[in-house]
Amino acid sequence: MADLLEVRDLRTYFYTSQGVVKAVDGVSYDVRPGETVALVGESGCGKTMSALSVMRLVPKPQGAIVGGEILFHGRNLLTLDEEEMRRIRGAEIAMIFQEPMSSLNPVLTIGRQITETLEAHQTISKEEAGRRARELLHLVGIPDPARRLSEYPHQFSGGMRQRVMIAIALSCKPTLVLADEPTTALDVTIQAQILELMRDLTRKFGVALMIITHNLGVVARYADRVNVMYAGKIIESASAREIYQNPCHPYTLGLLRSVPRLDQPRRAKLDPIEGQPPDLWNLPAGCSFAPRCKFLVERCVQEAPLLRELENQHRSACWVAETLQQKTVLSS
Amino acid sequence: MPETHNSQLTTQSSMLVEVRGLKKFFPVYSGFFGQRVEGWVRAVDEVSFAICRGETLGLVGESGCGKTTTGRCVLQLDRPTAGEVWFNGQELARMTDAELRPLRRKMQVVFQDPYSSLNPRMTIGQIISEPILVHRISQNGGECRDRVDELLQVVGLNPLMAGRYPHEMSGGQRQRVGVARALALEPEFIVCDEPISALDVSIQAQIINLLEELQERFGLTYLFIAHDLSVVRHISDRIVVMYLGKVVEIADRQELYENPLHPYTKALLSAVPIPDPAVEAKRERIVLKGEIPSSLSPPRGCVFYRRCPIAVEECGQGIPELREVQPRHWAACIRI
Repeated sequence: MADLLEVRDLRTYFYTSQGVVKAVDGVSYDVRPGETVALVGESGCGKTMSALSVMRLVPKPQGAIVGGEILFHGRNLLTLDEEEMRRIRGAEIAMIFQEPMSSLNPVLTIGRQITETLEAHQTISKEEAGRRARELLHLVGIPDPARRLSEYPHQFSGGMRQRVMIAIALSCKPTLVLADEPTTALDVTIQAQILELMRDLTRKFGVALMIITHNLGVVARYADRVNVMYAGKIIESASAREIYQNPCHPYTLGLLRSVPRLDQPRRAKLDPIEGQPPDLWNLPAGCSFAPRCKFLVERCVQEAPLLRELENQHRSACWVAETLQQKTVLSS
Repeated sequence: MPETHNSQLTTQSSMLVEVRGLKKFFPVYSGFFGQRVEGWVRAVDEVSFAICRGETLGLVGESGCGKTTTGRCVLQLDRPTAGEVWFNGQELARMTDAELRPLRRKMQVVFQDPYSSLNPRMTIGQIISEPILVHRISQNGGECRDRVDELLQVVGLNPLMAGRYPHEMSGGQRQRVGVARALALEPEFIVCDEPISALDVSIQAQIINLLEELQERFGLTYLFIAHDLSVVRHISDRIVVMYLGKVVEIADRQELYENPLHPYTKALLSAVPIPDPAVEAKRERIVLKGEIPSSLSPPRGCVFYRRCPIAVEECGQGIPELREVQPRHWAACIRI
């Protein structure tokens, strides 16, 4: 299948008083039509910036995309002018943000915020836009849509606001939706509702979805493929099944082992990843994860490992990935 | 009801904290000058539980269920509207502030957000020594500095960090400072209010392990407030589940997770994601309809009535009593 989105060697840097922050440093990934891809990493690892780069919304003037290609339907988005990009944003690629309260306009009605998107991208009459807005609210499971269209964001709960965001994202029938921590601000039971809704709707309309999250657990049920980021780079990439059952990077393995799991017997002690994530303006030579790694060999501190394919589309950026693979197979 | 419930769980001597029929209502004002009380938010409504010495009691529930308010009422940071809070055989809710002050040394708190709970204008050393100076524990400056160094080491930080400011530290390091400050007065009891939910996943386990080590070393008793059920299972001995200001279930850790009784607990457990697609594919998930109602106008009858998958008409009539369904396992549901 031809890829919908191909990101090749993307580099997004920030120029600060402390030096150059390589927020996204040579990241490559694909999203195929209709699939759900997860981008997992901790705060500050560059996962949000790599999504904002796709939308060309990197904060200026400090931030800039300094290299790479973003091919969307085969067109390089980085070569488009601002007007062409505006036509793609919201129409062909939509984005859902973490905090629905701050991404909705507090002084516009929910109805107006949906019709605004429709009117910006489609030739559509006011009445028709209103009708579509009502349909969309119904689609995302908001009861009594006709009445709620005239209400303001503060009259909606967190879960309902996120449903509105999903309605806006889907309003122009995009082929790709980028969701940046879509459920992090929500309660567990509401999280489940929103994730099920996103899965059902993306399946129904054949929309590809990229979920950006810090929680490996959240995406296990929904993602087809998973990319794990650390310090501005993708360090492991595989199908969801592979990455959870056979992690081949010490960081992924550490993430999976450090959280207690409800389906397994309680362990006496948790197994944390020691140390702190590195400062992006002061990265160690060699592998960025080396200072925290339990499987460290001499080569790790001298030479940064590149992402390489181990087997059937399972890629890892670790010098000892093969031995790690054997270890996890043995222990499981 | 509350007395029997608590006393059957624990013997009087081993009990450190006991909460009986705790209520906390917040007034909602209306009118031009906001002088008319329009209604009451029933943040905590008839909550009872007991915590034994050296034990960790987990308090779980979704945002707005009253778990933080319960913790604040136990510490008398918010004064309860009604009910009793016993600490070490003394009743706190009716004490004056002056009477409470010497007891505050024994009860400390670790807050959720290590960014807003540390004063940005104070050095780490000043932050940790403040309670020591306020309670006049150390005789002189040198003694106080030694104590700060010791505390920093206890929580796994380099004593040299005493001269730093909070913004120079990462989230995990700041939370360690929050723990060191709580330990400064050698408390017996610490309320941990979502101590890890603001931290990165890779750091969360570090703080959990630290809290457990400290509990063992100093014989601490914890009230651990959180919304993450997998973390609560890991750290708690017994668990209280709250919904809309009410306790819906109390049980020992293993019992609660292996044999949840209340439909809300069941739904909550099934919503916790498990990081394994193979397990998730086989798992049945109870997705609750609707959202948590406002505690300003809780539904009549059972608080969970409108979202409950097994509700019957009767549930909308009376408030279900928290009863001992099995030994040491309490639930508030008439359908069990």
